Amino acid sequence: MLLSLAWRNIWRNKRRTLITAASVLFAVLFSSVMQSIQHGTWDHMVDNVVNYYYGYLQIQGKKFWDDRSIDEVIDRQTLLEKLPEGFKNSYPLVPRLESFALASAGNRTQGALMIGIDPEAENALTGLKGRISKGDYWQSSPEGILVGEGLAENFKIDVGDTLIFLSQGYHGANAIGEYPVRGLIHFASPDLSKTMVYLHLEDAQQFYATGDQITSLVVGLKDKEELPGAIKALHSDLDTATYAVKDWQEMMPELMQAKEMDTASANVILIILYIIISFGIFGTILMMTKDRQYELGVLLSIGMRRMQLFGMMWMEVVMIGLVGVAMGFLISVPLVKYLSLHPFQMTGEYAKAYEKFGAEPIIPPAFDWNIFSWQVLFVFVITTVLAFYPFWVIRKMKPVEAMRL
Amino acid sequence: MKPVIVTKGITKTYQPDTIPVHALRGVDLTIDEGEFVAIVGPSGSGKTTLLNIIGGLDRPSAGYIEVGGKDISKFSDNALIDFRRDHIGFVFQAYNLIPVLTALENVEFVMLLQQLPKEKRNQRAMELLHAVGLDDKVNKRPIELSGGQQQRVAVARALASKPAFVLADEPTANLDSVSTGQLLDIMANLNQEEQMTFVFSTHDQRVIDRAHRVITLEDGKIISDRKGHV
Ligand SMILES: Nc1ncnc2c1ncn2[C@@H]1O[C@H](COP(=O)(O)OP(=O)(O)O)[C@@H](O)[C@H]1O
Ligand SMILES: [Mg+2]
Repeated sequence: MLLSLAWRNIWRNKRRTLITAASVLFAVLFSSVMQSIQHGTWDHMVDNVVNYYYGYLQIQGKKFWDDRSIDEVIDRQTLLEKLPEGFKNSYPLVPRLESFALASAGNRTQGALMIGIDPEAENALTGLKGRISKGDYWQSSPEGILVGEGLAENFKIDVGDTLIFLSQGYHGANAIGEYPVRGLIHFASPDLSKTMVYLHLEDAQQFYATGDQITSLVVGLKDKEELPGAIKALHSDLDTATYAVKDWQEMMPELMQAKEMDTASANVILIILYIIISFGIFGTILMMTKDRQYELGVLLSIGMRRMQLFGMMWMEVVMIGLVGVAMGFLISVPLVKYLSLHPFQMTGEYAKAYEKFGAEPIIPPAFDWNIFSWQVLFVFVITTVLAFYPFWVIRKMKPVEAMRL
Repeated sequence: MKPVIVTKGITKTYQPDTIPVHALRGVDLTIDEGEFVAIVGPSGSGKTTLLNIIGGLDRPSAGYIEVGGKDISKFSDNALIDFRRDHIGFVFQAYNLIPVLTALENVEFVMLLQQLPKEKRNQRAMELLHAVGLDDKVNKRPIELSGGQQQRVAVARALASKPAFVLADEPTANLDSVSTGQLLDIMANLNQEEQMTFVFSTHDQRVIDRAHRVITLEDGKIISDRKGHV
């Protein structure tokens, strides 16, 4: 009956309850949509970068990540043998040999990132073949290179033309090679488009004179969830003096930092929003308590304990909050669901910022129940904290004074 | 007869630090079980203050008070609340009832606080509403009832916990003469049939005439205490 009493009490002033609940509704709607977009955006961006190139996990030569030196290579065969049992069957393993080189054609020279790949494995991981805008993916023959559209444009070359590469090879050897361009690759990111060059792993190994060595082996995890298990297995089986195991977060520190900063500033907005809402709820609580002084005095007189009175008021306040949450869900859950299924396209500055990280400029809001359950918790905590006001009033209430008309 | 209320030398001084108001200046009073007592006196004579002190809603500045054989001045806050719930029925001048509860639920409410089982609560509440002549209004909210009917529900509620006595501070002040008569009939009837003790304040002569004992206050003192009317 106390519960039903509290419920009926909140509808005594329908307008006030609805206005208060509506402010909660607004907060819930705003923050769940905003957080869904935010999470979705970052997930999308991370997924993009991960799927585009890095993968969730790589095994590299110990110092390769910091030095980027061709000397930090590891033997492919040895590594494959040392991998934990079952790894070879569970995950696609994608070998790469990457280093910088000078590319030149005619009287023009520029830097390029040369990546030796196993075309089939690489395509399975990153879908490289699908990004070819002109030419073919080593179907007709194994020779030649694929270059970013931007790079081709810089050199004013096209499929069939030749590029010359110069670099330092393994242990100081001179690396020099001439390769025909067999295809162009489209990159959303202009930076990548201007620097990326793919070639057969064997060609790269020959160019850099490394023998059958690689700079990194991408472990093609399907999902971040698999990461902890895979890392643990690798750490127990691989010699950490020779190998480094890098996860996507370590390989993309700028992205992670940007994400953290973005999340932090979004949280500040949410906190400010909830503080404003709290003032509104508090106003309602003030009025609720003041309007009912007399009635609370009667209840205290006829034998309702202060804690019971407070329990009733607390339930009322929490209920108003939860009515707002419920109304908020009614709108935001379908809305976020809809948006997550129909991502919107970005334009202008935002789109550019995305492309910089090599991500497609779309916003696919994430549909995550966690975002919603946090709202419930948030509103519950806020209303409970605010309910300390009636607690404080009731605690020192004297029935005779409360009932003086 | 067993005394249910005993006071000795009760005083009450409001604002003792600034301009003291001596609301009660030494009240000695004994009310026995089954009495039907009117506390009368001009406005400001101390009727409300006295009833509040007897009801454990306020504490005297000095003096001794015993209610239902207990010295309630020593009770803790919760003990006093529970004591009121279990042993004293209250009827206030107006707005006694919880607006969102029906007549039945209002009467049940005290028993709910006493954690009586639903069946029992319901049965007793129905009986009491019958006793105050409101069988046909059990599911009405206070706002749907007349002032007189609301006061009758309040009387029914006051009796719900089977209290030692009922305190009513000017229960008829807001009622017309017909409703006043009906309420008094009901109270007198409960006093007669169930030996329920009633202590009510009033300055309405028609109400005073119905009392079996009339205690007159003036300036916080009892100036007369007449028994006899039957
Ligand atoms: N809380 C209070 N503070 C100060 N004076 C009060 C208070 N309550 C009552 N009084 C004063 O005490 C006296 C008795 O008041 P009250 O008991 O209400 O009388 P009655 O009910 O007979 O009209 C009056 O002079 C009144 O003004
Ligand atoms: Mg009075």
